[in-house]
Amino acid sequence: MTDFTDAVLATGRKRRGKSSRPASPMQRREARWGYAFISPWIIGFVLFWAIPIGASLVFSVLDFQLTDPGATTFAGGSNWERALSDPDTWTSLAATFRFTVLFLPLSLVVALGLALLLNSRHLRMVGLFRLLFYMPSMIPLVAGILIWQQVLNPQTGWVNKLIGLTGVNATGADGIRWFDNPVLVLFAFSFIGLWGIGNAMVINLAGLQGIPTELYEAAEIDGAGWWRRLRSITLPLLSPVMFYNLVIGSVLILQYFVVPWVLFGATGRPQGASRFMLIHFYQEAFVFGNMGYGAALAWFIFVVVAVFTVLLFGTSRYWVHYGTERS
Amino acid sequence: MNATQANPEKPALTEAAVRRKRRNILLAGCTTLGALLLALIFLMPLGYGVATALKDKNGVSDPNSGVLPVSSLTFEYEGKELDIYTVPMPDGETRELALVSPGRESSVFVDPENPGAGTIDWEGRWRTLTPVQGLDPQWGNFEEAWNAISFLRMTGWTMLYAVSTVILTVVSSAIVAYGFARFRFPGRGVLFGVLMVTILLPPAVTLVPKYAVFLQMGWVGTYLPLIVPHLFANAFNVFLLRQYFLTIPRELEEAARIDGAGPIRTFIRVIVPQAFPALTAVSLFHFFYAWNDFFEPLLYLAGNREIVPIGVGLSYFSGVYNSEPHLILAAALLALVLPVAIFLAAQRVFVRGIVVTGVDK
Repeated sequence: MTDFTDAVLATGRKRRGKSSRPASPMQRREARWGYAFISPWIIGFVLFWAIPIGASLVFSVLDFQLTDPGATTFAGGSNWERALSDPDTWTSLAATFRFTVLFLPLSLVVALGLALLLNSRHLRMVGLFRLLFYMPSMIPLVAGILIWQQVLNPQTGWVNKLIGLTGVNATGADGIRWFDNPVLVLFAFSFIGLWGIGNAMVINLAGLQGIPTELYEAAEIDGAGWWRRLRSITLPLLSPVMFYNLVIGSVLILQYFVVPWVLFGATGRPQGASRFMLIHFYQEAFVFGNMGYGAALAWFIFVVVAVFTVLLFGTSRYWVHYGTERS
Repeated sequence: MNATQANPEKPALTEAAVRRKRRNILLAGCTTLGALLLALIFLMPLGYGVATALKDKNGVSDPNSGVLPVSSLTFEYEGKELDIYTVPMPDGETRELALVSPGRESSVFVDPENPGAGTIDWEGRWRTLTPVQGLDPQWGNFEEAWNAISFLRMTGWTMLYAVSTVILTVVSSAIVAYGFARFRFPGRGVLFGVLMVTILLPPAVTLVPKYAVFLQMGWVGTYLPLIVPHLFANAFNVFLLRQYFLTIPRELEEAARIDGAGPIRTFIRVIVPQAFPALTAVSLFHFFYAWNDFFEPLLYLAGNREIVPIGVGLSYFSGVYNSEPHLILAAALLALVLPVAIFLAAQRVFVRGIVVTGVDK
């Protein structure tokens, strides 16, 4: 898993020591075979990445309606101007970042907490619990969304009924309306998201099991308590794994689509909280058919995700601990 | 007695050991109980889903209804469906009786357990009585949901999509991964870097031109735009398989080469059998990924509701049936049975796969 982030980081490094010797016939033969084996990916990359990304840029300066492709005209920077002045663009960016700021730390902490629990030597029936906590990740996402939509129903859902047991008036007219309040709805999204936490949990668990037990034994002899061991051993040694989860999590969350779409479509309810960047893009490009404007929005998303990811990788060297074995 | 005198430290030691053991048992109990409580909270929506999917329409919308699916009991008497009420009798006991003919100040009841005994006249207002309720799971909801979402047809299309893309992507990704893992060629590092970066880039940036071209080709509304790109390997799968191929000792391939096998033969005869655990794991991961895929089917199959996979189909269904939550929940539960069953059956392969590939999708 950390090989993944390592491999991405390696692409940013300069390569040196390339031999400038002319290739021998053997080497050329090997190279030809190499290209032959990777050619499916090369073709796919050109057809489904390189050309479309470039074409998107071209589309973004055209006034191209899906309903009337014949009337396409050059639009200059107007799609870009529109994208940057459209209040919905900024609403969607704000909605996406609000949810990212809430859910990303939450999911990392819960995934770590569950992994620590499953790794605890005090826990019995580990296999059963691993299965129980992982299983919701196997539930098809839309089925999970529909179940949560009902269980969060203000009057009849069990969540509000359980909260009601504590004495809070949750089910009444002034009760907790998970889907009508722009802040509460982010928690509803989070609950649904936590059902998919199994992967991050299992990756953390594998990371925890890879930490040498001698370190803990030595720390215990030195009198380090649970918290101290967590902070000084577990977290540093797990940081590459956490970094991987953070990168994958943020890339997914910046492209958040299915949950808000199934619950609210393109309405943006409540008060724009479900208008995520990808929803805004999908509506403009494929519901309204403004392909030129949609292409500009897609590039906007592309830039946001790219900047965010580069920043994440940039911060990694300040907090991600790499052991001596990968100097 | 003699033993303790001869070895005075021993009882103290066992006492400490007993205390430690007791402490460990206590900790184990608390941890396990805590985990159980957490798992119960975590899985609570599933319990709610099952209980509610079995309710009838009134039971679902009634905010005061209980946990279990109940409904008012009825009794068939002389060809009529009669409601059953709790009736306080003049002698102080209460009986559960079926209302035969209601009246303002007095009504006629019959005892469902002994209808042959004839009717019972009762003085009082029947509207003040409470109906008797009994456990009444509506198994028919599942049948109704099954038919309403055309469950078999949708599952069939989802299966077709998942299986065909699994085959295409695993075969093509394995070929590409072998190329990256074993052959030296100029630009390999850069190309692999580009491949890694495409995993992190948002596919949205490619969608508008792809959609326009697929529309021109007449592919929109068919599975072609969803399946054909998998012929050309999936970057993430390539990464996973390459990681695994790198761990296979080169000696095996060298032996095959000495026997005169070319790279293709070596790949098929040596690498594929060696990498079987990784190939199975990647197949499983991709199967679940495809089963869950929502965005692309929504986009490319738009306008062809007959063939959408189950995720998109469920979302259409919930939009149409939003006043019938019990049917939505029944449909959602139907949709999760197969993937969860496959997961439970393949759990061993799955867990081993997460270990061998070191990562999950």
